[in-house]
Amino acid sequence: MSTEPLISLENLSAHYVSQQGTRVVRAVDEVTIRLNAGETLGIVGESGSGKSTLALTILRLLPPAARIVSGRMMFEGENLLDKSDEEMRRIRGKRIAMILQDPMASLNPLFSIGDQVGEPIRVHEGATRATAWKRAIGLLKSVRIPSPETRVTQFPHEMSGGMRQRIVGAIGISCEPRLLIADEPTTSLDLTIQAQYLSLLSDLQRQHGLALIFITHNLGIIARMCDQIAVMYAGRVVEQGPVRDIFNAPAHPYTKALLNSIPRMTDNHRRLKAIDGQPPDLSSLSGGCAFAPRCASAFGRCHVEAPPEFQLGNGRTARCWLAETDAGSSPALARSAA
Amino acid sequence: MSVTTHPVPAATRQRRRFWRTEGFPLIPFVILALILFVAIFADVLAPHDPQVGSLARRFRPPAWQQGGSMEYLLGTDHVGRDVLSRLIFGARVSMIVGTAAVFVAGGIGTLLGIVSAYLGGWVDQVIMRITDTWLALPALTFAIFLSAIVGPSEFNIIVILGGVYWTRYARVIRGEVLSLKEREFVRLAVVAGCSKRLIMWRHILPNVINSAIVLATLMLGVVVIAEASLSFLGIGVPPPKPAWGLMLADGKKGLMVGYWWLTVLPGLCIMAMVLSANLLGDWLRVKLDPQLRQL
Amino acid sequence: MQQYILRRVGYSLISLFLLSLTIFLFVRLTGDPASLMVEPGASEEDIAAIHRQLGLDQPLWVQYWHFIASFITGDLGKSFYYNSPVLDLYFQRLPNSLLLAAVAMAFSLVIGIPSGIMAAVNVGGPWDSIGKVFALLGLSMPSFWVALVMVLFFSVYLGWLPSSGSGTFLHLLMPAFALGWYFAAAHMRLTRSSMLEVLGSEYVKLARLKGLPERLVIGKHAFKNALLPVITLAGINLVVMINVAVVVETVFAWPGIGRLLYEGITFRDFPVVQGVVVIGGAMIVGVNLLVDILYAFIDPRIRLEA
Repeated sequence: MSTEPLISLENLSAHYVSQQGTRVVRAVDEVTIRLNAGETLGIVGESGSGKSTLALTILRLLPPAARIVSGRMMFEGENLLDKSDEEMRRIRGKRIAMILQDPMASLNPLFSIGDQVGEPIRVHEGATRATAWKRAIGLLKSVRIPSPETRVTQFPHEMSGGMRQRIVGAIGISCEPRLLIADEPTTSLDLTIQAQYLSLLSDLQRQHGLALIFITHNLGIIARMCDQIAVMYAGRVVEQGPVRDIFNAPAHPYTKALLNSIPRMTDNHRRLKAIDGQPPDLSSLSGGCAFAPRCASAFGRCHVEAPPEFQLGNGRTARCWLAETDAGSSPALARSAA
Repeated sequence: MSVTTHPVPAATRQRRRFWRTEGFPLIPFVILALILFVAIFADVLAPHDPQVGSLARRFRPPAWQQGGSMEYLLGTDHVGRDVLSRLIFGARVSMIVGTAAVFVAGGIGTLLGIVSAYLGGWVDQVIMRITDTWLALPALTFAIFLSAIVGPSEFNIIVILGGVYWTRYARVIRGEVLSLKEREFVRLAVVAGCSKRLIMWRHILPNVINSAIVLATLMLGVVVIAEASLSFLGIGVPPPKPAWGLMLADGKKGLMVGYWWLTVLPGLCIMAMVLSANLLGDWLRVKLDPQLRQL
Repeated sequence: MQQYILRRVGYSLISLFLLSLTIFLFVRLTGDPASLMVEPGASEEDIAAIHRQLGLDQPLWVQYWHFIASFITGDLGKSFYYNSPVLDLYFQRLPNSLLLAAVAMAFSLVIGIPSGIMAAVNVGGPWDSIGKVFALLGLSMPSFWVALVMVLFFSVYLGWLPSSGSGTFLHLLMPAFALGWYFAAAHMRLTRSSMLEVLGSEYVKLARLKGLPERLVIGKHAFKNALLPVITLAGINLVVMINVAVVVETVFAWPGIGRLLYEGITFRDFPVVQGVVVIGGAMIVGVNLLVDILYAFIDPRIRLEA
């Protein structure tokens, strides 16, 4: 890496501890991820894989039952874990912003669009109401909402789903953050709207030089939008790297299975390939690889010992014993476990 | 590489995890059991006849105050009757009126709630409109109104309170049944050709018993206060029967001269009973059906 | 919004109709309503006269029609004891009850809302526990007992406050507190649960994600949304208060509607009792309607309904 990554998570772990302290859910487990400015990272995984929790961890907005137990979060050269609550608050919305999944629920029904879009500007930049209002109109324009001057006085329930999601997007970029995290932003949108929204996000990214973390379970979106991909399973990152490389030659069996399960037009109408089994119960993980019970290529060691992240060159990693042989031939091993 | 453990406050304040004791509320239960015990065995437990007094012995203070004696442990009232005995017999009145009224209200309310929700249509509409209307009037006002019509007596009070409070039951039970209606086992019974009456009796009813019980304990407190209020106003349990509310009304006579025991003691009894019923009801609500949290 | 208002008015009218019907039927329940409508100790002829006057031998719906008609024209009968129309008596006393209820309501909101918010924001913490205890006490202690104990303490022992009557602010303090006590607990409970629900919402989450300071998150985003149901309840409770103040007003001899009702009961003055109940019920229906309409103006979702 010639440039310092914009954000770098190193061995980040966040656990939920039950009241009595007996059950520990390793929602985020030793996650190491790097992202450069202007790049897009897609985080993909099933429900419960820890992707959303990871996003909240970065912003340090986990519920009280969870705690970050180890690791570092380097953002623009500073460890976010060292920040005070007040410092973190100033970062949220201004330097790191997030878009949530359900736009209807994320917008406060009792306040106007203009008020809600202008809020971060008023809070972080000390702008007056009038200035923020004007900026809000401009922002609505940049997310391609027609007649923004009228829209800005309206209320969330007067908008369509697609428009609401753009407004949430407008809120996200309002203070020109360096990093934008989008948590399943298209899941609640119609397919036709999805495409428009995605292209909007791409344009915004280019215009503002944003780094984008895109959380989704949809591999198609990843293929279209992302430079890098991180595949999560049971709270761990099982494979990481440039999207093209991984899609062409996945190293981890889970990634392979995911890619295989996408039906293709050229398939000769055989049964859909689902992945057997269920995602594991995160509170009772055995010592071995979390995917081993469902893995077609698992062997003895997999069930006993959890594999570390192996470096496979070109920025790729894979958390699988099968990758050990490939990794063995390349230098700079096991940087993550230090 | 720093490996640090950071507790993460979601806000600037440190929040503790919400700890709700799922343990059995022993004290409330014991108190209620005690009151029940006293109510049943009042004849044996009370040292004196609660309705007989002698003016020579009026307004005696409790034993630990000057002028009091062990014979009248908690003092005497304005006609010389023993306060302790009246409290003991008052427990019986409160228990009887309270539980009976709750039964009546619960019975009618549950029945109508089930019928209304299950049969739907105009039956539902009619019952719901009546319930809404009933609910529009505050229970106390309505009870006063009815009492003024039929006159005060222990029996009348039970009927009146039952008649006033059934609407609260009906509302809740109806809601439950409406969602029960959609459940698999009910649909199966319909498909199997069971008559409506059978379904309501064998399938719906057992499933709302839980809610009914929780409601009953919560209502007990409300009903006891209502009865006390009515008695205090003079249209509840008629004298000379000892009811706690009535004792409070009588107690007012000695209030301005500081005869505190006539006011504080009956009130404490009421409070103890109501508080215990409420606590028990809260615990039951959590135990029997977490879905009832909105009650 | 028009439709919404029209619908609500319709419901209210139906409620009023049913209310009057209920009262009408109940009075006739006793078998001989005439005996209620005369003074205690009236003679046979008086009762017979009332019988004719009320038209009790006529078909039920005719009687009901007269009943309704007289109410609409404002004739609620005449009090035996005061020998004046019930309606006049009612409106004479109403300002006093309103004053008492207003102060009691203010008290209950000032105590109830902040404590509810504190309890919700500090869920599980010490404030929450205190709040729970307070709520439990408030809902378990009969208001008149609170009143009596206060009189004992503040009037008899300490001599600070007058134990009865009205006229000065000091006279108002204890009754308002005793009346508002129960409602403070109820409002606190509702505020707490409403606030908890709002705090768990997505828009509050987004507010935090925007980096808004906590006081804005709670004070602006959570507050207004959480308060909506509480204000609704409070509006209705104001009228409820007037009606249930009967015991508190009795203890303090406060010259309001509640005391009027008490007098009606004590002196077996049935027209007064009936009048108070009818007007009370109508007021509640009315205030429900008002609150619903007010809601329409506050909540933009309803305001802008097509």
